[in-house]
Amino acid sequence: MSYPEITVNVDEKLALNKFNVNEEYPHIEVQENAPESEFRKLVLACPAALFKVDAEGNQSYDYAGCLECGTCRVVAGSTIIKKWTFPIMGIEGGSGVQYLYG
Amino acid sequence: MAEIEYDFDVIVVGGGMSGLVAAYELAKAEKSVLVMERGEYCGAKNMTGGRVYAHSLRKVFGDALEDAPFQRKIVHEKLSLMNKDGLFTLDTTTPEFREQKNESYSILRAPFDQWMAEQCEDMGVEIMCGMPVEDLLKGEDGFINGIAVGKEEDGTREEMHAKVIMLCDGANSLLIQKAGLTDQAAPTTHEMAVGAKEVIELGADVIEDRFGVAPGEGTAWMFAGELTDGKPGGLALYTNEDSVSICMVVPIAGLIESNVPVYQQLENFKNREEIKPLLKGGKTVEYSGHMVPEGGYNMLQRHKLVGNGVVACGDNVGLCINSGYSVRGMDLAVTSGQLAAEAVSKAIDNDDFSAAGLGSYKTALDASYVVKDLKNFQKFPEFMDNDLGMLWDNTLSDMVLNIFKKLYIVDGTGEIPVKQKIMPLVKEVGIFKIAKLAMKGMKAL
Repeated sequence: MSYPEITVNVDEKLALNKFNVNEEYPHIEVQENAPESEFRKLVLACPAALFKVDAEGNQSYDYAGCLECGTCRVVAGSTIIKKWTFPIMGIEGGSGVQYLYG
Repeated sequence: MAEIEYDFDVIVVGGGMSGLVAAYELAKAEKSVLVMERGEYCGAKNMTGGRVYAHSLRKVFGDALEDAPFQRKIVHEKLSLMNKDGLFTLDTTTPEFREQKNESYSILRAPFDQWMAEQCEDMGVEIMCGMPVEDLLKGEDGFINGIAVGKEEDGTREEMHAKVIMLCDGANSLLIQKAGLTDQAAPTTHEMAVGAKEVIELGADVIEDRFGVAPGEGTAWMFAGELTDGKPGGLALYTNEDSVSICMVVPIAGLIESNVPVYQQLENFKNREEIKPLLKGGKTVEYSGHMVPEGGYNMLQRHKLVGNGVVACGDNVGLCINSGYSVRGMDLAVTSGQLAAEAVSKAIDNDDFSAAGLGSYKTALDASYVVKDLKNFQKFPEFMDNDLGMLWDNTLSDMVLNIFKKLYIVDGTGEIPVKQKIMPLVKEVGIFKIAKLAMKGMKAL
């Protein structure tokens, strides 16, 4: 399966945002070794580019940096997204993205 | 049956446009109101393209709106077609855009929602921030009568009761199904678009020079064509006070079949030769993402607006209109919040929180511009998906740009009559095809 060419570094953009990540609580869980065709949809649609595939075809996903838009839930909530909740505060905070502009 | 002890008359879930307006109106009607906001402050999770049509807010806040943190009054409406390397733009401006009844403003939601939250608190609304509502509570009679936050597993669960729960929890609502207002676990990829946005700081003077606008005034600018890899979608640019918002909005169904991720589409736009000078020297200060319900009237139709003890407002039931040349959701959210608050207030006075007791909300919304406008644009989502291929695959932008190139380019080889310049280009696409598209478009709009 061909993956789209990506020249933009979204991680750098996310680094501009204010996040309080709850390290203890992955609020979204994704199936490991997901079918390529399903995973590819999330590579295309997640605005935070949290679904990545490297040159060898290895999939990776990170919930830190999530913008909580719910697009992955709409795309794959009945397939490879195993859990979708909003981030919750842990002892050391963690209520996710906090927009200063929005 | 044991009497429930109510903590509030009304609990509003979500401190955004519809929620804060509803809370404000209910407090004004002397009801006790709690707003539950999952962000650390109201607006922390909210994003708009964005521009709001102010008519709806004025009906709620009246003259207080003069102090609201609007960015710029929109006086230029621009619409551009892009092909691979060209840009064709229509720019409309008229003093009527400045009239109070017509006015619209660019806004940023974090400051704007905090302003609305202040108005609410001044009116006596309680606002609790930082916790998502996890669950809805039901009484023995099946009526929804409360909310729960926290998790049972770790002992953090807490419950609160109210006579009516208002779901104003936005495009990505996890509660609308729990409330029984839809039977779908999530909206479909055809109903939702995803927005990816950058706020780029330029400074007020630079914006006024580059966009040709006066202080306090600004531009709304839609782009379609080349950007979306042959699928539906477009980009909206709005001038704020010191910054511009550029927001790529792409229906999800097409996006996941394309070859260009939404964040790459946004970047490709920024890197175009026509756009670079506009953004030159700008500093991106925030990157955001959000869903936009674009299913229109059909999406609304598959939701209930009221249930026993519960009502829904705003994005969660699809109160949003994409007409191609503009996108509106916030004014619809505001009016839905206002009309719902009236109905909820009446239901509390009558001590009847049943779906029937709350039913005047639906009647009022149906009679308002909200449902009328949604109905008028009912066919647009399908038209965009099925018939506008010519726009998304550049056929249309190529044709238009070729026509205007022929008109404008003078190279000394001798001019030919305009008709001879244009007709071959139109024929290439097909006069019948264009006429058919125009007819269908008129019907969809």
